[in-house]
Amino acid sequence: MVDRDPILEMRNVEKSFGAIPVLRKVNFTLRRGEVHALMGGNGAGKSTLMKILTGVYLKDSGSISIESRPVAIASPNDAKRAGIAMIFQEFSLVPTLTVAQNIFLNREPRKGSFFLNDRAARKMARAVLQDLGEDLDPDTPVSELSAGMMQMVEIAKALSQNAKILIMDEPTASLSEHETRTLFKIVRRLKAAGISIVYISHRMAEIFELCDRVTVLRDGEIKITQDCKNLTIPELVDHMLGSSSASAFAWQDRQIVFSDAPVLKVSNVCLPPRVRDVSFDVHPGEIVGLAGLMGSGRTEIAEAIFGRRAPTSGAIAIDGKPIARQRDAIAAGVALVPEDRRRMGLVLDHSVQSNIMLPNLDLFRRGAFVSDGNAADVVRKMIDRFQIKTDSPAKVSRLLSGGNQQKIVISKWLARKPRLLILDEPTIGVDIGAKGEITTQIRELAKAGTAILIISSELEELLAVSDRLLILHDGRIVQDIQRRDVQSEEELHHAVQGHLIDRTRHATAV
Amino acid sequence: MQSKAISLTERDMQRRFDIGQVLGFVQDHSVYFFFAAVIAFFAVTIGDNGFLSVTNFFNIARTTAMISIVAFAMTFVIASGELDLSVGSVCALSALTCGMAIEAGTGWFVAVILALLSGLVIGAVNGFFVTRIRIPSFLVTLGMLQLIRGVDMRVTYTNPVAIADKTFNSLFGSGKLYGIPSLIIWSVVFALIGHVVLKYTTFGRQVLATGGNRVAAEYSGVRTSNVKFCVFMISGVAAALAGLLYSGMMQTARFNYGEGLELSAIAAVILGGTSLFGGKASIIGTFAGALMIGTINNGLIIMGLDVSEQMIVAGAIIILAVAFARKPSH
Repeated sequence: MVDRDPILEMRNVEKSFGAIPVLRKVNFTLRRGEVHALMGGNGAGKSTLMKILTGVYLKDSGSISIESRPVAIASPNDAKRAGIAMIFQEFSLVPTLTVAQNIFLNREPRKGSFFLNDRAARKMARAVLQDLGEDLDPDTPVSELSAGMMQMVEIAKALSQNAKILIMDEPTASLSEHETRTLFKIVRRLKAAGISIVYISHRMAEIFELCDRVTVLRDGEIKITQDCKNLTIPELVDHMLGSSSASAFAWQDRQIVFSDAPVLKVSNVCLPPRVRDVSFDVHPGEIVGLAGLMGSGRTEIAEAIFGRRAPTSGAIAIDGKPIARQRDAIAAGVALVPEDRRRMGLVLDHSVQSNIMLPNLDLFRRGAFVSDGNAADVVRKMIDRFQIKTDSPAKVSRLLSGGNQQKIVISKWLARKPRLLILDEPTIGVDIGAKGEITTQIRELAKAGTAILIISSELEELLAVSDRLLILHDGRIVQDIQRRDVQSEEELHHAVQGHLIDRTRHATAV
Repeated sequence: MQSKAISLTERDMQRRFDIGQVLGFVQDHSVYFFFAAVIAFFAVTIGDNGFLSVTNFFNIARTTAMISIVAFAMTFVIASGELDLSVGSVCALSALTCGMAIEAGTGWFVAVILALLSGLVIGAVNGFFVTRIRIPSFLVTLGMLQLIRGVDMRVTYTNPVAIADKTFNSLFGSGKLYGIPSLIIWSVVFALIGHVVLKYTTFGRQVLATGGNRVAAEYSGVRTSNVKFCVFMISGVAAALAGLLYSGMMQTARFNYGEGLELSAIAAVILGGTSLFGGKASIIGTFAGALMIGTINNGLIIMGLDVSEQMIVAGAIIILAVAFARKPSH
């Protein structure tokens, strides 16, 4: 197939690490002014391909040409010179410096050869930001910016270096709904200006909304490259997984009536500055989805239930026992899978085994000593049950993929047989294969009687697993609705923005 | 308020909005408030005993010069995300090098150059181990502190070396220019140089970027290892200069100069609002921090506390002040 007006062509690119081939004869073409989605599970080779393009890795064979001229990319500087810039998933700005200082870091306009010309930097920074449609004060310290604004600054930084090709790796992973909208607007503006974008994301809805074409990588090979409008979500999922296994993502009405006494009872809880007068229950075996925009108070509620935040008024109880401190929560059987797993969920430099053991040290004690022997069985069981892909339990968890790290965080609590499992954004940065496995595990746990509270920005995920949904808007629960009364993702999407779901309409339909 | 809340990060949201900004400003500049409070306290309690006199303030500034100069360099070290604990014994090494060179008849100028070189070399060795062998600076410089103090004791078998060179003693110690003691001139000149370099030069910006987010700085093409190497050399030279100032003031070089200097200097830097985690720094703040430490020491002496009592009170005040100045860490 001949592509019109290609800006970037990668031909027969191959790469192996040791004896293991990671990329096999990969052909990837990017057209001028297109947004091209790159998809695939962890280990599919996406990030290796992009690292070759940005000069972090060297390809074993194959060729790269930009604007029909062959280029050699042997270092990040070569890539920069060729007009390729990566917008990093983990932000690569200096938080203590200002916006302008970051945009021109190490390329500062100068007076003479030693002195900085901050005034010029400010002016130029303002101009670049205005090109992006952002009226951001260049003197703001980056540490005061939201994730979305930081990303804007990164994009501005890339553009100020005359980048023609932008690589965005999971750009919306830490953005709120509103910020995502803004980002999309900017992406479209860049596209109109002839900038070409490689867009990596696990979020299907985004891909179909934003991208012109999609390329799927699996096991180091290109499976398809196609126009998005000629594809459906199930087709795309099939290409990524290699077989029809979309069932993990389809909701089933479990037809259960939860009549037992609630495991969790939250009554009139206030958590300034945001959460106001929140009340709800979760019953044994029930999966409750907490839907709300980023900043609506979701994480605060989860942390309060786990005893990490004290409400100024109201009460939280597990099986009737009040929760005041984290110790109470853990003793009562609450487990929290936190939002930021790398920072709060894992000791990254410790092994898989010690991470799984950490909340359970009391279970593996022999006298005054911790017995690794006792733990090994449990750890082995968890690794099997969650299909955690690791060479051995002794492997350092930093080296595992996001999906496998998340499986560790969930499994480390299960040895305690929790009464209530709270999952805060459990599938951020998790590939579709692991996502399905995690979803299945959540259902299994609920079946065994664990109460589950799940928080997610991905509404399709909430709709796939929840029995009941709590809609959080502006710090209040505005609606408590059975999953079966929600017709579509659009409805839920509007609901989290404050437009309630009309359930009488469905009541007559059922 | 609402729209602002949306544009802030999670961490920022956990801080209180209403008084957040005011509190932030007060915390950033807490050293000035503390300094004012310390002066007010001593003015009330011992103002009549000579605390409130121009001579005494000159005296404070003069005796604080060594802490100040070492602390200016330490500001760069800490801003780059490192620590230099070896400054105390490097300071004595420089003093002894200078004293012995003058004794050997090299003349004061050559002696000064040799002394500064000794600091430069130790700084380079520190920098080498930190940036090339990748040992944490805390450990490298802690070892160096001990090692060099041993050298200091060995070279003269702990005997003091008298310095008779009048030019040297005047330039680095008791001299005056237009009635201003040379020690004060040294510290003010280096405060200005440090301030300009940190705020207005590419090197200063590179230091802050290195400490603020080393990976990001690397990706922007900053050679962070070289930056850190330079910062250690600056710290070594500054410690050496402090050694010269001690020698000039006492007209003698001793092996025990600069004992505890590293702690005073680090305290001055942190009091001055520089982040212990790097990336954010103020030389003017450091200067105020050093002067505040000097003022506390001076006031306690006038109050008639003995050395042990001074240490207890000064240590407690520093902990309290730093606790207040502390910013939530990244």
